[in-house]
Amino acid sequence: MSALSIINARLIDPASGRDEEGGLICEDGKIAEIGDIVPRGDIVDAGGLILAPGLIDMRVRTGEPGLENRETLLTASKAAVAGGVTSIVLMPETDPVIDDISLVDYLIRKGTDLPIDIHIAGALTKKLDGKSLTEIGLMREAGAVLFSNGSKPIRDAQTMRRLMSYAANFNALIANRAVEPSLSEGTVAHESNLSSRLGLNAAPAISERIMAERDIALAELTGGRLLIDLISSKDALEAVKTAKAKDLDVYSSVSINHLCLNEVDIGDYRSFAKLDPPLREESDRLALLEGVNRGEIDIIVSDHDPRPAGEKRLPYSEAAPGAVGLELLLAAGLSQVADGYLDLSAFLAAVTCHPAELLGLETGRLKQDSPANLVLIDPNKPWVCESSQLKSRSKNTPFDGRRLTGRAIKTFYQGREVFSL
Amino acid sequence: MSLAADDTILGQATRDYPFTKRHCLSVSDFHRVDIENLLRLGEHYLDLDVQKSPDRSVLSGKTLINLFFENSTRTEKSFELAGKRLGADVISMQVASSSIKKGETLLDTAATLNAMNPDLLVIRHSASGAPSLLAQKVGCSVINAGDGMHAHPTQALLDALTLRQAFPEGLDGLRIAICGDILHSRVARSDVALFNMLGAEVRLVGPPTLVPLDADMWGAEIFHDMETGLQGCDVVMMLRLQLERMSGAFVPSKREYFHYYGLDRKKLDFAKPNAFVMHPGPMNRGVEISSEIADDPEVSLITRQVESGVAMRMAILHALAEAQPVNNGAAS
Repeated sequence: MSALSIINARLIDPASGRDEEGGLICEDGKIAEIGDIVPRGDIVDAGGLILAPGLIDMRVRTGEPGLENRETLLTASKAAVAGGVTSIVLMPETDPVIDDISLVDYLIRKGTDLPIDIHIAGALTKKLDGKSLTEIGLMREAGAVLFSNGSKPIRDAQTMRRLMSYAANFNALIANRAVEPSLSEGTVAHESNLSSRLGLNAAPAISERIMAERDIALAELTGGRLLIDLISSKDALEAVKTAKAKDLDVYSSVSINHLCLNEVDIGDYRSFAKLDPPLREESDRLALLEGVNRGEIDIIVSDHDPRPAGEKRLPYSEAAPGAVGLELLLAAGLSQVADGYLDLSAFLAAVTCHPAELLGLETGRLKQDSPANLVLIDPNKPWVCESSQLKSRSKNTPFDGRRLTGRAIKTFYQGREVFSL
Repeated sequence: MSLAADDTILGQATRDYPFTKRHCLSVSDFHRVDIENLLRLGEHYLDLDVQKSPDRSVLSGKTLINLFFENSTRTEKSFELAGKRLGADVISMQVASSSIKKGETLLDTAATLNAMNPDLLVIRHSASGAPSLLAQKVGCSVINAGDGMHAHPTQALLDALTLRQAFPEGLDGLRIAICGDILHSRVARSDVALFNMLGAEVRLVGPPTLVPLDADMWGAEIFHDMETGLQGCDVVMMLRLQLERMSGAFVPSKREYFHYYGLDRKKLDFAKPNAFVMHPGPMNRGVEISSEIADDPEVSLITRQVESGVAMRMAILHALAEAQPVNNGAAS
C-alpha cells in the first residue's frame, strides 16, 4: 500500500498536548511518521489547517436492524465521515435490541466494510426491560465496548447495584441516563418559567441530580465504572464534580445540542428542538461548557437520533424527541470555540482521546502506529446548516438554518481519504 | 368597510388603530388597543337584539370550520352559534369519526382542510402549541379554542367582557383572585395575561402542588391559602380541578380540597363585600365551588360568562374576517 503524506498542517493531538506545525505520513492504514517529515507517496497540502484525530462519537443511534427507515449503518457512515467522525458507538435501541452476542457479532461484521469503526454498546438488560441482566461478559468478549440501557434509565436501585458489581468483574463500563423516572416520565420540557408559560409538562433539573447521585453512590459501593450519560443541567454537574473529587471511576457525557442550545430554542413549539434530556436554561448551558473546559465533563457526544418527518412534524408534546448530529458534532463544537465559549483542546479531547481511553480504543490520538483515522479541520470556515443537505437518512436537526463556524474539510480512515468537502 | 355594523362599532374603533391580526392564538399576540377594540365590539354583540338579528353579511360567503380534538360544549357551540349568526357556513368536524382516528397527523388534516379553502379555523387540541403549528401551515385565520395547558384566549376575552359589564368603569385597579388548579389551566394563563394588560391586579391562589413553580413570574402574586389570598378581592374566579390532565395525586381528596380551597360563603367573606364569583366551567360542584355560591345570582357571574361567550366570539370572528383582506396570503 502506498504512502499518503499530509504536509503543512497544524497537528493537534489532545492526548499528548501536541499543537504544532508539521506533517504526517500514513502507511498501511497506520500513522507511520509524525512531526518533521520528508513527504513520500501521495501528498496532501493541508494549507495550515488543523489535522486532528478522527472523532469518536460515543452515542449514536441508527435504525439497523429493524428501523432502517430512520437510518442504516451505511447512511450513518456517510454522515459520520462528512462530520469528521471515524468511530461510532451504536446504542442498543434497535429492533431487536442488541442484548445478545449474535447481534453484537452481526453488527461488528456489518461494519467492517464501512469507512468508519463501528463499536457496540450492548444492552444492560434484556429487551431494555430494566430488570433482567444480559450476558455482559460474553458480549464484552464479542466486542461490545460499553453497556447501556439506551434512553431508559435503570429505575431499580437493586438492579443497578447488581449490574455495577457484576460488570466491575469484567471492568466493563456502564452507562446510565441521569433521569429519575418518577420525576421525568411523561414530561417534554425543562421545568422553568418558559415551559410553564408554554403549558408543557416539564421535568425539574433535580431529576438528573437525584439519579446521578444514586448511581455515584452505587459506584462507590461496588467499585464499578460508571458513565453518567447525557447530563444537561448544572445540578447534575455538581454531583459529577463531587464524585470526581472522591476519585471514583465516574465519568460523564454531554450532548453537543446542550452545549449549543437552550430552552428558548423551543420558541414557538419547535418540535425539532424537542430533545431528551430537554434543552435547559442558558445558565445550565454555560455551566456545561465550563464543565467541559475544566475537564469535569469527559465526553461530548452527538446523541445522533435520526427520526423520520412523520415522528417530528407533530404538535410539540406529541413529537418524538431527538436530533441527528453525526455531521454537526464537530461543526457545532467548533462554532462554540469560535464564539469563545469552548476551549479547542478541551473540546477535541472530549471527542477523541477521552472516549478512546474510556472504551480502550487505540484510535483517537496522533501517535506512531495508531490507526490513521484523521480529520482535516478548517476552524474558521463559515457555513449555513441546511437540513436538506445532510447525509443522514433522517433530517431532524434543531440547527437547520443556523450559521456555523468551522467544519471538516477532509476525513481519512485508515490512511485513505473517505471524505472531501 | 362597507358593513353597517362596523361602520358604527368596529369601523369607528379601529379607524386610528386598524385590527390587522390574522390569527387569535394567545393573548400576548394582541396589543391593549386591539383588546379594547375587540371588547367594544363584543359589547355591541352583547345586546340581544343585535345578537339575534345581526348583520348576516359580516361572514356571508365565509366558511368556518370547528376542529375540536377535545370535548367541549360551551366553546364549540358558542363558536358554531356565533358563526351562524353572522352568516358563515359552519362545519363542526367530528374528530372521533374522521381520518384523524385512522392515524392522520394534525398537519395532514390541516392540509386537507386547507384545500377546502376555509376562512376561519377554530381548533381545540390537547397538545400545547398545536394551533400555532396549524397556523404555520394553513392559509386561513386560526382561532385557538384551547390548547393543552397553554392558552385559551377567547375565554379570557369573554371573561374580560363579563367583567366590563359588572364593573362599568373597567378593570383598572380591580383585584382578581384566580383560585384552584392553576397548573393545568390554560384559562388561568390567558386570564393572567389579559387582566394584567387591562390594568387589574391578579392573584393566584391554590395548593403548592397545583401552582407552577415559576408562576410568580407571570405577573401575579401567589397565595396558598384562601383567607389571605381573597383579602380585598373584587372578583374570585374558581377553576375546575382538571382530573383528566392529572397524572398521579396532586391533592389527597376532594373532601380536603373543598375544605381548604372550595369556595363557600365563609371563604367568600374574606373577599370584598359584594365581590363577584366567576368560573369558566364546567363546574365540579362541591369540589371547588358550593352550589349555594354558584347559583346565587347576586354574586355569581357564571351564566353571564356563557352569555358573553357567544357575543365575544362573534366579535372575534367579525374582527378576524374584517382583517383578512388586509393580510396577504389569507384565504381568498
